[in-house]
Amino acid sequence: MIPELGSFSLILAFCLASLMVVIPMAGAITNNQLWMSLCRPLSSGIWVFMVISFACLAYAFLNDDFSVNYVARNSNSLLPDRYKFAAVWGGHEGSLLLWVLILASWSYAVSLFSKNLPLDILARVLSVMGIILVGFLLFMLLTSSPFERTLLNTPLDGTDLNPLLQDFGLIVHPPFLYMGYVGFSVAFAFAIAALLSGRLDAAWARWTRPWTNAAWAFLSIGIALGSWWAYYELGWGGWWFWDPVENVSFMPWLVGTALIHSLAVTEKRGVFKSWTVLLAIAAFSLSLLGAFIVRSGVLTSVHAFAVDPARGMVLLTIMLIVIGSSLLLYAIRAPAVKGSASYTLTSREVLLLINNIILVVSTAAVLLGTLYPLIHEAIYGEANRVSIGPPYFNTIFVPLMGLLAFALGVGTFSRWKKTSVVYLKQQLSKVLIASLAFGIVIPVIVTSEFNISVIVAVVLAFWIVFSIAKDIFNKTSNKETFFKGLKALSLSYYGMQFAHFGMAVTILGVCLTSHYSVERDVRLAPGDSETIGNYEFIFEGVSLQQGANYQADRAVITVLRNGDEYITLEPEKRLYYATQAIQTEAGIDVGLFRDLFTALGDERGDGSWVVRIHYKPFVLWIWLGAIFMAFGGVLAITDKRYRSKKTVKQSQNESVLSGSSSSKPTMAAES
Amino acid sequence: MAAPRKQRMAIVGFIVAGSALAIGLVLFALNEGINVFYTPTEVAQGAVPNGQSFRIGGMVKTGSLRTSELEGTLVEFLATDCAEDIPVTFTGVLPDLFREGQGVVADGFIDNNGVFQASQILAKHDENYMSAESVAAMEASGATCDP
Repeated sequence: MIPELGSFSLILAFCLASLMVVIPMAGAITNNQLWMSLCRPLSSGIWVFMVISFACLAYAFLNDDFSVNYVARNSNSLLPDRYKFAAVWGGHEGSLLLWVLILASWSYAVSLFSKNLPLDILARVLSVMGIILVGFLLFMLLTSSPFERTLLNTPLDGTDLNPLLQDFGLIVHPPFLYMGYVGFSVAFAFAIAALLSGRLDAAWARWTRPWTNAAWAFLSIGIALGSWWAYYELGWGGWWFWDPVENVSFMPWLVGTALIHSLAVTEKRGVFKSWTVLLAIAAFSLSLLGAFIVRSGVLTSVHAFAVDPARGMVLLTIMLIVIGSSLLLYAIRAPAVKGSASYTLTSREVLLLINNIILVVSTAAVLLGTLYPLIHEAIYGEANRVSIGPPYFNTIFVPLMGLLAFALGVGTFSRWKKTSVVYLKQQLSKVLIASLAFGIVIPVIVTSEFNISVIVAVVLAFWIVFSIAKDIFNKTSNKETFFKGLKALSLSYYGMQFAHFGMAVTILGVCLTSHYSVERDVRLAPGDSETIGNYEFIFEGVSLQQGANYQADRAVITVLRNGDEYITLEPEKRLYYATQAIQTEAGIDVGLFRDLFTALGDERGDGSWVVRIHYKPFVLWIWLGAIFMAFGGVLAITDKRYRSKKTVKQSQNESVLSGSSSSKPTMAAES
Repeated sequence: MAAPRKQRMAIVGFIVAGSALAIGLVLFALNEGINVFYTPTEVAQGAVPNGQSFRIGGMVKTGSLRTSELEGTLVEFLATDCAEDIPVTFTGVLPDLFREGQGVVADGFIDNNGVFQASQILAKHDENYMSAESVAAMEASGATCDP
């Protein structure tokens, strides 16, 4: 009964979504207020039915209703309750349900926070989101319903959730990631609505910015969680593999980052409009590409969803329709859009353009590397497969990010319209000297060696941090006290600086971990030990432990620091009963400046085991940086100008339309 | 108006220089990062020069895995597509889903003794999943067996 209710809700949501595509859009075209205003109740209706549908599936999982095929394939009566709930999105059908639920939630959120939005724009935005909803609901109803049942010969127990997914990571990683992916649909819908209405102005950029920031912040956290999960769960000691599935989550993030910066220019200066629209379309298109690649199995990846080519074809069709029609619309409408303001080569506009070029080039390189195996196969036939390894991505990505970090420092001091070169030189020379001094001296003293790539990365990190610090001092120097100055700065300014600081933190983490990790895979018999620096790892042996739905070989590794007992790590090798699958659990001592990572490999006879012992300096900083970035994004959303009434908007609007370039001095970020 | 034109030219210059740099980097990096896939039969026929890095796919031949009798963390096994067997050695931790009679994908090169020195054995997240490479290797050989 309950699964049927879920299925029925899905169908109702589909019907309402179809109405949301047609009625508000027709209202916007014929200027019918009643039709347009229907978009609000329709979006809340869709959301309610999606929540009911999701709740029904969760209920089926929590009550072990194995007559539902999807539950039988992804759960087991022994599974702990929290994993039963998370197992809702542990497979293709359920994760698609979560995808659509989140899409419905975003469109409901748009209708909730739309008091400042003209009704015709809201109607168009929600109607565009309705189109996406219709596409994905149809896809789910036709090919991947999670509610299909086997009422005769119902299985007595489920085949269990993939043991790899039985982890805290499954509970948090997919929801955050999807919130990010799907969140870009809002920026996309705003862009399409702007193209349709022909009103591509500063107000449009202002409406889009908080939604883009929100999606971007979620995606930052989602990617970081995925990387962290892979680090501690896969037992391989790495944190990023340039796997196709990692890449498809990273590309929307890169383009989303470019979009955030280009939206700033469009809002403040009224230029780069058509470019911004293109980025908004690209960000969501890449999210769709991600959905296609993950769920169609066209690429060899460590993330393998149950693969079905028919589903891939449907997704490819949805993706091509969305991308094709939005680009067609763009081609027809965008040439009419022109920026009016002028700017010079050292202006903030140009520096943000450089940021955009670097990010888009990085995305293109990642895209090429990800799709190259497919292209190669298409040209040379199926027998001639190639794969693109991490060296390709690192060779391109590392120098580009270096350039980006350098441009970031310059951009911090640049001003809209025109920055005097003398002023830039004066500001940057001090920052440059300081960052060179700290960036060279500290690594050389600490490691007593001269490693050029480490020095470049540390210099760049200091370059960013000192630029931020100097800029804050500059901005507060004309106030009576430092703290009064700090108070006067806007939240969106702090958001920007936090996010930039996060970038410096991540650069340091990535670079120092990559260069100074000590990785030993050794064969140890009980009593043997392995020494890394001033840590000694003593392998005490392995014992058999019972878990809820698994048994584990648990090793005890005593760690001595400078000869004194420091901590005991207990990495495990688990055997899950239902699937007979083996799963590694790493034993990690987390620290701000270094992680001690141990994982159990395979048994090699006479009680000896292969043990992976890694010393990973600054690895935590990779994810800390992402947290700073996301926090910066959230701070920028809370800036009060997004909550301000229409008056501010209109004045801004006029200033841009009339081509005057007077920027308002009230906002610190502009000065 | 000369100023906007000059400005536009400068921006076009930026973009051209940027894309040239990017294309150069991509071509260079593709050379470094590309791994061509070969099946055990192709390797046995000498399709790959010794020392060149590539990716091999197939099945782990049952009964061929040797671990405990070897020094340290060394592993030896045969990668097979049922027509030809290629000896593989690897040093380190085997992935959880590595098993005899199952699909395997490895990156590495053939040394002068004709042994594939694997630098990496690819892990899979799902025990029911067989990599496209392994499937392709089995299909290409056309042979069937109980590996």
